[in-house]
Amino acid sequence: MSLVLDGVSKVYDGKTHIYPTDLTLERGTMNVLLGPTLSGKTTLMRLMAGLDAPATGRILWEDKDVTGMRVQDRKVAMVYQQFINYPSMTVYDNIASPLRLMGVSKAEIDTRVREAAELMKLVPFLDRRPLELSGGQQQRCALARALVKGAGLVLLDEPLANLDYKLREELRAEIPRIFEESGAIFVYATTEPEEALLLGGNVATMWEGRVTQFGPTPQVYRQPGDAVTARVFSDPPMNFTRIVKAGDRISFGEGQTAPAAGALADLADGTYQAGFRPDHLHLAAQGGDGLHFQCRLKVTEITGSETFLHLEHAGDHWVGLVHGVHELEFGAPIEVWLDAAHVYVFAEAGDLVAPASYATAA
Amino acid sequence: MDKVQNNRAWFLVLPVLVLVAFSAVIPLMTVVNYSLQDTFGNNVFFWEGLGWFEDVLTSSRVHAAFGRQLAFSAIILAIQIPLGIAIALCMPKRGVWASVCLVLMALPLLIPWNVVGTIWQILGRTDIGLLGYALEGLGITWNYARNPVHAWITVVVMDVWHWTSLVALLAYAGLQSIPQAYYQAAKIDQASRWKVFRYIELPKMQGVLLIAILLRFMDSFMIYTEPFVVTGGGPGSSTSFLSIDLVKTALGQFDLGPAAAFSIMYFLVILLVSWVFYTVMTNLDKAEGR
Amino acid sequence: MAQITLDNLAHSYLRDPKADDDFALKQLDHVWKDGEAYALLGASGCGKSTLLNIISGLLVPSRGRVLFDDRDVTRQDTVQRNIAQVFQFPVVYDTMTVGDNLAFPLRNRGMDPAFIATQVQKIARMIGMEDVLHRKARGLTADAKQKISLGRGMVREDVNAILFDEPLTVIDPHMKWELRTQLKALHNEFGHTMIYVTHDQTEALTFADKVVVMHDGRVVQLGTPEELFETPEHTFVGYFIGSPGMNLIEAEVSGSTARCAGHEVPLGGAYKTLQGRVQIGIRPEFVTLAEGGDGLPVTIRRVEDVGRHQILRAEFAGTPVTAILPESMPVPAGADRLRFDPDRINVYVDDWRVTPLHPVADLRKEAV
Repeated sequence: MSLVLDGVSKVYDGKTHIYPTDLTLERGTMNVLLGPTLSGKTTLMRLMAGLDAPATGRILWEDKDVTGMRVQDRKVAMVYQQFINYPSMTVYDNIASPLRLMGVSKAEIDTRVREAAELMKLVPFLDRRPLELSGGQQQRCALARALVKGAGLVLLDEPLANLDYKLREELRAEIPRIFEESGAIFVYATTEPEEALLLGGNVATMWEGRVTQFGPTPQVYRQPGDAVTARVFSDPPMNFTRIVKAGDRISFGEGQTAPAAGALADLADGTYQAGFRPDHLHLAAQGGDGLHFQCRLKVTEITGSETFLHLEHAGDHWVGLVHGVHELEFGAPIEVWLDAAHVYVFAEAGDLVAPASYATAA
Repeated sequence: MDKVQNNRAWFLVLPVLVLVAFSAVIPLMTVVNYSLQDTFGNNVFFWEGLGWFEDVLTSSRVHAAFGRQLAFSAIILAIQIPLGIAIALCMPKRGVWASVCLVLMALPLLIPWNVVGTIWQILGRTDIGLLGYALEGLGITWNYARNPVHAWITVVVMDVWHWTSLVALLAYAGLQSIPQAYYQAAKIDQASRWKVFRYIELPKMQGVLLIAILLRFMDSFMIYTEPFVVTGGGPGSSTSFLSIDLVKTALGQFDLGPAAAFSIMYFLVILLVSWVFYTVMTNLDKAEGR
Repeated sequence: MAQITLDNLAHSYLRDPKADDDFALKQLDHVWKDGEAYALLGASGCGKSTLLNIISGLLVPSRGRVLFDDRDVTRQDTVQRNIAQVFQFPVVYDTMTVGDNLAFPLRNRGMDPAFIATQVQKIARMIGMEDVLHRKARGLTADAKQKISLGRGMVREDVNAILFDEPLTVIDPHMKWELRTQLKALHNEFGHTMIYVTHDQTEALTFADKVVVMHDGRVVQLGTPEELFETPEHTFVGYFIGSPGMNLIEAEVSGSTARCAGHEVPLGGAYKTLQGRVQIGIRPEFVTLAEGGDGLPVTIRRVEDVGRHQILRAEFAGTPVTAILPESMPVPAGADRLRFDPDRINVYVDDWRVTPLHPVADLRKEAV
């Protein structure tokens, strides 16, 4: 069982919303679509579901072409950001509703509804109506209704976006477990890199109507193929700076230079974009091939256990995330260190030239 | 978003198409047919071409009726839209009184046109009507059957009484959709009542007001029953609006040809004005967004 | 700018409240300092919006008083209190230009046009909308509209306080960073008293000098982000702050040792005999993984790679325990013990933290 998008694109009102996309989603996988608002996540999901017809390309389900098939005739379930339930029905009837439409026997409905309710921790609420439940429970009810169908393809469009932070954390931990038990293809859209990482599975990063990279989530995170993917898959955003390699030295910022160590040593001479994640910046030398930068500290933010540093370096705005609580003076100059093993090198056009060596070593 | 193509859907539309054909297209074609021919009875017709249209276009009587019609619609809109908005602003936003007000406001809308006409016809009479009697007491001899100004005022007041509720209800619905946060923010910004109206309420009501204006314009442009019941288009022809004039031509004088040409042009005028209204208002909306 | 005093405040939406449960906001007594940034943090329904509405003047409390400096404002409305507020969803005057939107609160107060112009420029630069000052606000994205709302909230310099009601709900994660930093920078620059309501711990902790954690109508702790992290006064704070939240394990405590299901755990301080339901709490950040030897024996359930670190989920005697491990640290196959940093363990009785008899060795600020 697999879902294949073969050169699928979507044009609406003369504007391209999805550029031709190839994607193969295998049975029993969790696939996260990660990208900012309006990057095309929902449009791509609607194409997968059959709610919209693609402008070009084909959609194959279990090797059968289902491009023109109506959504009702496909085995698809969808959960939205809004909690969509039938308000006048009890939770039990809500969960049972797709099964009743399918004409399943009463006894079978009862067992399946109870199974789904058990999984979603809804058993005590089966006789209540959705509006009497908390937001988290309402969304569990919608999820249970999607799961009970036994659909081969379950599409979740930012299902946790409207929930409180802690509830989100709890459901986020549960979803992979639920998914493992169902064996369906899950597609999960989110704007948050952290959510993608917590869900695991595969990730497709999206940017302006294109899937920029698709692969196992930790791999895409550590080995982004281009600067756009790296930026999309980093929260706080990845820091960038222009570097010039000449001989065995690199120069950056306003006249600062450093020996071209590690992966940087093998680069051809020229101009590049260097990218590194905020948590790889340090306030003290860490040993190894250390680079260090003179920055100006604009603001710090303290989370209790960590400190965010908002830095300015030669006109670039960087973010650093360091352990511990640091009371530092705003506006003051500050030195930060970076291990060269954590630097990604991108061509000026954005393609990856050299991955961070720590990522390939792991 | 366009949906998956499915041509079976056309079959579902078929009954409606048939119905529309019988109820609108075929009668319209009959009218077109009449407008291009002449007859002396006995179903003998002569080709007349666009002659009737020329006659109608150059008829001073039609011109006069058209002018009266425009004046009437303009007055109606000028009174009902601001008045409707004002009423909506004064209505309570929630609670028992909100429902009471809604019911009261809806009442005039439930009364049939000819009954409205009759009510006002009787009300304005000096012998048995309360309004006419009261005005008489104030030293004004109210006579809509003789005095054209009185006739106009009666017809306009009657229409305002009958239809302002519609505008008020639509405006009220528009107001209800404004989130409380807007009012709180305006308060914090120290906006005056007028500015709250000008920058929050009016822009948020724009959509429903457009609909209200369109509905009221089209309806008032086609007004027939009420003035016919009250004044019969008189005194003289001072309240003979287009449709009254049309009926006089068609039924009173049995000039089917000119009447047909007249009604086709009437139809086109309404279509045109409504379309202009709509595009201007919606483009205004888009241009502002730029 | 003003100091805000909440004097024996309580609120109930019922007409005649009797029991404690009738109160949406239970009694509280606080002084919030002039020029500080406060965050009201809690799950939905915890009473934080009620408190905000009382401070902004939309709601008159059932009991107690609100003072701005020494002035009693309990019954004054929002305008008289001279505060600015930014709402959860953008409130923008659609038919005005962006610039007019920003100038609106100043113009209404009859300020000098030259001053208005400079002020609008300054705010526009801050929210990054200098290029669109002459564009109509209608048709802008929700992000942009919310930035205008934020800008309008900050355009007046003489306000007593600026209140934010979950202002970043509609903003994209990437943009949240930028706006939050700008808010913070602005706070540093002008020193407004700011009150920020949110359910998002990261927003609250990074924005505020002091975080007010609310739970079930009660303020369970008011403290710096560091205090909330290191010494949560209530188990709810332990759970709510931090991701994942604090581990809580049932224990018996005698002296400086805790016994959890028969296993001994050393504590950083000594405690007197404790009555009631006793738990020890330890943040996942201070839990280390080991193979044999000391520590609680656990069963490892799963390891989640979340990028900059890994989350280890394990189970000890039926209680889930989590630990945070460094990025790309391999988990040894035989690992079966979790060890807790004794100085970082807090002890709770019936959900409230108890202080040790001898204070724990001064918590090292430059931890790790």
